[in-house]
Amino acid sequence: MSAIAAENVSKVWTTGSAAVRAVDGVSFAFDAGTLNVLLGPSGCGKSTTLRLIAGLEVCDAGRVLIGHRDVTRLPPAARSIAMVFQSYALFPHLSVAENILFGLRVRRVKAAERGERLARIADLLGLSPLLERKPSQLSGGQQQRVALGRAIIAQAPVCLMDEPLSNLDAQLRAEMRQEIRALQRKLGITMVYVTHDQVEAMSMADRVVLMREGRIEQNGTPVELYEHPANTFVARFIGTPPMNLLRLEAGTGGAVIAGTDGPAVLDARFASGMLGVRPEHIELAFERGVRGSVDSVEYLGGDSLVGCRVGGQPLAARVAGNVGLARGDAVWLNWARGAEHYFDSNGIRAAAEPHEAPVTLMA
Amino acid sequence: MTRTREWLYAWLLLLPAATLLALFTHYPAIANLWHSFLSTPKANRPAKFIGLDNYRALVDDPVFWQALTNNLWYALGTIPLSIALALLMALWVNQRLPGRGFLRLAYFTPTVLPMIAVANIWLFFYTPGYGLFDQIAGALGFGHHNWLGSQSTALPALMIVTIWKEAGFFMIFYLAALQSMSPHLAEAAAIEGASRRYFFWRVTFPLLMPTTLFVLVNAVINAFRLVDHIVVMTRGGPDNATALLLYYIFEIGFRFWDSSYAAALTMVLLVLLGAVALFQFFFLERRTHYQ
Repeated sequence: MSAIAAENVSKVWTTGSAAVRAVDGVSFAFDAGTLNVLLGPSGCGKSTTLRLIAGLEVCDAGRVLIGHRDVTRLPPAARSIAMVFQSYALFPHLSVAENILFGLRVRRVKAAERGERLARIADLLGLSPLLERKPSQLSGGQQQRVALGRAIIAQAPVCLMDEPLSNLDAQLRAEMRQEIRALQRKLGITMVYVTHDQVEAMSMADRVVLMREGRIEQNGTPVELYEHPANTFVARFIGTPPMNLLRLEAGTGGAVIAGTDGPAVLDARFASGMLGVRPEHIELAFERGVRGSVDSVEYLGGDSLVGCRVGGQPLAARVAGNVGLARGDAVWLNWARGAEHYFDSNGIRAAAEPHEAPVTLMA
Repeated sequence: MTRTREWLYAWLLLLPAATLLALFTHYPAIANLWHSFLSTPKANRPAKFIGLDNYRALVDDPVFWQALTNNLWYALGTIPLSIALALLMALWVNQRLPGRGFLRLAYFTPTVLPMIAVANIWLFFYTPGYGLFDQIAGALGFGHHNWLGSQSTALPALMIVTIWKEAGFFMIFYLAALQSMSPHLAEAAAIEGASRRYFFWRVTFPLLMPTTLFVLVNAVINAFRLVDHIVVMTRGGPDNATALLLYYIFEIGFRFWDSSYAAALTMVLLVLLGAVALFQFFFLERRTHYQ
């Protein structure tokens, strides 16, 4: 099994006179046999990072290690990796079987072994009845499976996936997510998985690397990213709807939510910072907590999304069931102390947990 | 009611093009067939039905057979080479390399130049004594050679002009096809460890088959309808060594004014091209993958 590591890896694109640092001094280490997600908005450098690991792009600086072996200067074929492309990159003139067998033929694997491995993979992925078809005769999900089959038949210890599910519809995406995760566990592959979809990242990953503008914003487990976001970007990127961030200001008794006259939620030291609370951690209370007014109510079935305004700042609360609220109604918003996140004026998670706040919301 | 109107619209829309086609393509072809069964009308002797006499004359005409053989050799010599060259050039300028745009333009230039101008330039190249080839040959210590004037080299000399002109034209089609191929295919193959050669034969070439077929059809048609180069460069000589089928038809029809014999020759050309087209569409088509 192969661990993967990047050490200070950089890639610069030069277009005309401008140089864009697509990947800017990125370092991380992935354990063998784990599923690791490179997550971020489009243009954040996640796909380029993956292509650097694959060897499809050459690093301008830094080192890539696969299985503790420096592969920075090696061609893709020498890195013992497999890859699944966003477009699947299936060979349109070859049958499903030939697509899956492509790599084995290149490596001149014996016909008997080829047939055996093909049968096993086709069985594993439910492709057996489709082996003679051409890719154009398959549905999107089936094409995705073929691409997966071509990647895993090589039995490479590392599998790289570049937004493999983004061309599928929502339901199929959920199914394939589980399937890929199960496959990765079963085969013990080290997987690097690129996506812009935080749901995919949270539900599949052992480790998530969240990137923005070529740099890593946070590297951690899904739980760490959700519970201890390193900065406001991470806080807003992980979770739907995103975390509420409320500006604070100095008020009576400490820092209050800007635009309100209390109660104080934090020590006065945090008056220039921000308070973060996830919508799902907010509950509607009666004459307790922070006062706000209802802007909108979105009924989602299991729960409702209540858009509020607190001191002029928007805030979303996710509450169970159907709430009998209408635009303009007054509400009290309440949340547990442990659900609060503090960020300084630069958006960085505040180091000290300010438990000595003079006024509690529960009061 | 609406169905009838749809039909009407369809026919009305097709009418202008259909009229032009019928008037200038289908009717002349059928008229040509009819004329090939008649004798050539003269001032005091109108055309009369002579059945297959023209075709019998054709079988006994040694110049016709030479023109046909010449044409086959010409086709055989120019088509595979110009297509292979076109593919090579397209693969070459499809890569990331400095001055790529300039190179593409350079390859395409022969196609843009007027045929007559091209023929004149090459006429100079081939001129015995002071032409480009003889000057180079002379500098290297070889003797002079009359490239277009000797029976053994006249046809190959023409073939070289054709390859030079056609390859650039066909390259554009290959280049367009290569550009529409996803670069991920090459990357996927690279990850599997396929060499560039393996990838070309296993993936690129099969995927270019529709283009190859299209280019092939064009090349065959072009090979059998060449006239202008011959008119400018050799006029079919020396001793019919460069007489190709269409040039021979042109001579019979418009220099000797034997229009019905020319009509019979034209039928041979049409049948030949028709047969080639049928082969290409029914045999090669089936072995071609279309996306």
